[in-house]
Amino acid sequence: MALLRRSSTLLRPLSTATTTTPSLLRPFSSDTTPITVETSIPFTAHNCDPPSRTVETTTQELMKFFRDMALMRRMEIAADSLYKAKLIRGFCHLYDGQEAVAVGMEAAITRKDCIITAYRDHCLFLGRGGTLVEAFSELMGRQGGCSKGKGGSMHFYKKEGGFYGGHGIVGAQVPLGIGLAFAQKYSKEDHVTFALYGDGAANQGQLFEALNMAALWDLPAILVCENNHYGMGTAEWRAAKSPSYYKRGDYVPGLKVDGMDAFAVKQACKFAKEHALKNGPLILEMDTYRYHGHSMSDPGSTYRTRDEISGVRQERDPIERIRKLVLAHDLATEKELKDIEKEVRKEVDDAIAQAKESPMPEPYELFTNVYVKDFGLESFGPDRKELRTVLP
Amino acid sequence: MAVVFQAIGADTALSSTNLFVSKRTHFSYRQSLPERKTSVCAVRSNGISFSGLNSRGRKAEPLITNAVATKAESPTASAASKPGHELLLYEALREGLDEEMERDPTVWVLGEDVGHYGGSYKVTKGLAEKYGDLRVLDTPICENSFTGMAIGAAMNGLRPIIEGMNMGFLLLAFNQISNNCGMLHYTSGGQFTIPVVIRGPGGVGRHLGPEHSQRLESYFQSIPGIQMVACSTPYNAKGLMKAAIRSKNPVIFFEHVLLYNIKERIPDEEYVLNLEEAEMVRPGEQVTILTYSRMRYHVMQAAQTLVNKGYDPEVIDIRSLKPFDLYTIGNSVKKTHKVLIVEECMQTGGIGASLMAAIDENFHDYLDARIVCLSSQNVPTPYPGKLEEQTLVQPPKIVTAVEQLCASTGSCQ
Repeated sequence: MALLRRSSTLLRPLSTATTTTPSLLRPFSSDTTPITVETSIPFTAHNCDPPSRTVETTTQELMKFFRDMALMRRMEIAADSLYKAKLIRGFCHLYDGQEAVAVGMEAAITRKDCIITAYRDHCLFLGRGGTLVEAFSELMGRQGGCSKGKGGSMHFYKKEGGFYGGHGIVGAQVPLGIGLAFAQKYSKEDHVTFALYGDGAANQGQLFEALNMAALWDLPAILVCENNHYGMGTAEWRAAKSPSYYKRGDYVPGLKVDGMDAFAVKQACKFAKEHALKNGPLILEMDTYRYHGHSMSDPGSTYRTRDEISGVRQERDPIERIRKLVLAHDLATEKELKDIEKEVRKEVDDAIAQAKESPMPEPYELFTNVYVKDFGLESFGPDRKELRTVLP
Repeated sequence: MAVVFQAIGADTALSSTNLFVSKRTHFSYRQSLPERKTSVCAVRSNGISFSGLNSRGRKAEPLITNAVATKAESPTASAASKPGHELLLYEALREGLDEEMERDPTVWVLGEDVGHYGGSYKVTKGLAEKYGDLRVLDTPICENSFTGMAIGAAMNGLRPIIEGMNMGFLLLAFNQISNNCGMLHYTSGGQFTIPVVIRGPGGVGRHLGPEHSQRLESYFQSIPGIQMVACSTPYNAKGLMKAAIRSKNPVIFFEHVLLYNIKERIPDEEYVLNLEEAEMVRPGEQVTILTYSRMRYHVMQAAQTLVNKGYDPEVIDIRSLKPFDLYTIGNSVKKTHKVLIVEECMQTGGIGASLMAAIDENFHDYLDARIVCLSSQNVPTPYPGKLEEQTLVQPPKIVTAVEQLCASTGSCQ
């Protein structure tokens, strides 16, 4: 796992007075000097040529990755405490450990491309342009939430950001994702859809049905398996005869990616987008890991050892990798990174405070948005008693 | 318990005469809806022949649906020139599909064998040649996924029409229909609309066996967020299909295997019917008979017998299975005070059961007798013809039920 330090003629000369004057805002955030990094391991490919290990990036991007992942990590930890404080109820599936997939994917695509995922959707929502306040409000069931508080943790959506949710039933989002890709092809857009699912969902039949259709009609769909090795409490070797999820497409090419390395993810997604626009669907398997249990009701340690969890955290943590890269390239000091984390923490705390002030939904909201207010319908069961508008 | 009804169409008074729709004319005009094309008086062809439908042993007689003339026919209805064109129900559906696909390029059809094969009941015949393989898409046999795919495409701006080759096959897609189709608009806080139409033939056919004779309206009726309609004549098939396609809500459109060859004359002009409205088939004063889809024809046969015996039933084709048109139904109940529901669903948990509950809840004070609901037996539909007949409600049973209902309340003739 050693990071290859490239001898660089590209290293930015450091300004001399940085460490002692915090008021001097180091302009690293706008620096676009290119930096070359290598992914941690090479890609493994099935039925296609893998992309190269070398990734071009910039200081700006590195720092953005760090900040975004720190924000996501902090949000998930805060959600954990809110859940234990009973402000978030029901199901809460946390994404910490898997942040590299979210930021890497976002860096490779545009907001016009679609992303659809299952219930572990908080960080992907943030990546797609969702705000912290919307996220926390939705988690706490308040009006300010992205789905007006009526969906909850598993139903984050952001139409303008191209984020299509947020689905509770395992595997059901993959045919929806194929449909999004179909619409893109139908309207002749040059965009793709990423349909994310987990290693547990990879055994769903509708996935293979959807893959068949996508391959048949050359739809610009990319199926991304976020393999965190556990389907709730069942390890992948106990659930799947063939845990090489990237090979399961058979005639559909696949790529196995180290999902804890944001640059590998970015490279793979870029490659996938180009491939999908020309040749049809592709499967990406992101080898990743979640530190929390499946959800807040799962301690996460009955089916795996604490040593395993801490081992991964030490060796493969995505934020640590970026931190080491930043320090190795001398783009920021340890203190500055810690300051960013403190800043992020404050941002999250402020967002939570603001979200707590958002009111609960009004009682009449029970009946809104059941139907589209098309020709005067609002909402009712078979007897129209709750009708609030005059029917045409 | 008086129930206050929101008036439909702003100013119509609640007197029964205003609601009376002459046998020969159909009004689908709603004043406060400028976007809907106003429909014209449609002239119904006189005497629908039932030769294809009757169970064995029954002679096919032209049905005079209004033997007792209670209202003068409006002059336009008896126009000698008979405008419009005659076609079969599946052709009417095809016309509706064709017109909507032409009008809106985001409308597309998908299903098994809808394209090159032309549809297993010929509803989509010729559309693939006209619109291409992408807009009339032949899918592999994977109901769950292609329904999901269509819903995903609807989230992204298209308007799919999903055909289930037989409605029963859509049980495989129940998760997608319930969770994603019905609920997405709600759980996303209104961000996504799912303007899909899910259509297909259902109901009991001829010797098709239990798995191909299912009535799915009873399973789907609880799903929040969807609308359900059932067509029964070429006129309402085309009108409801167009309305369903134009609606922004997901609509499940129930057709019936045995009704595809019903012939009727329909207007040449474009018309769109109201999805939530029931149809007055035969106005009457004595008893309200509520029905839909194929049972409408059984009821009309029974009505013929009843009229000859001197009864005056009011027959309403409810058409909209979710939500119920309690306005039309309510006005009828207030007039006749007796209700008979005739449906093809199973007795347990069918549409009739919900309708009974809804009517009782809202109009209990207007009823002189308990609501009678005639439904199919709670058994899988057997293959042999005689047994298959017995699972359904046949006209003699309807006649007996009306006679008993009238006798029990002491009002006859």
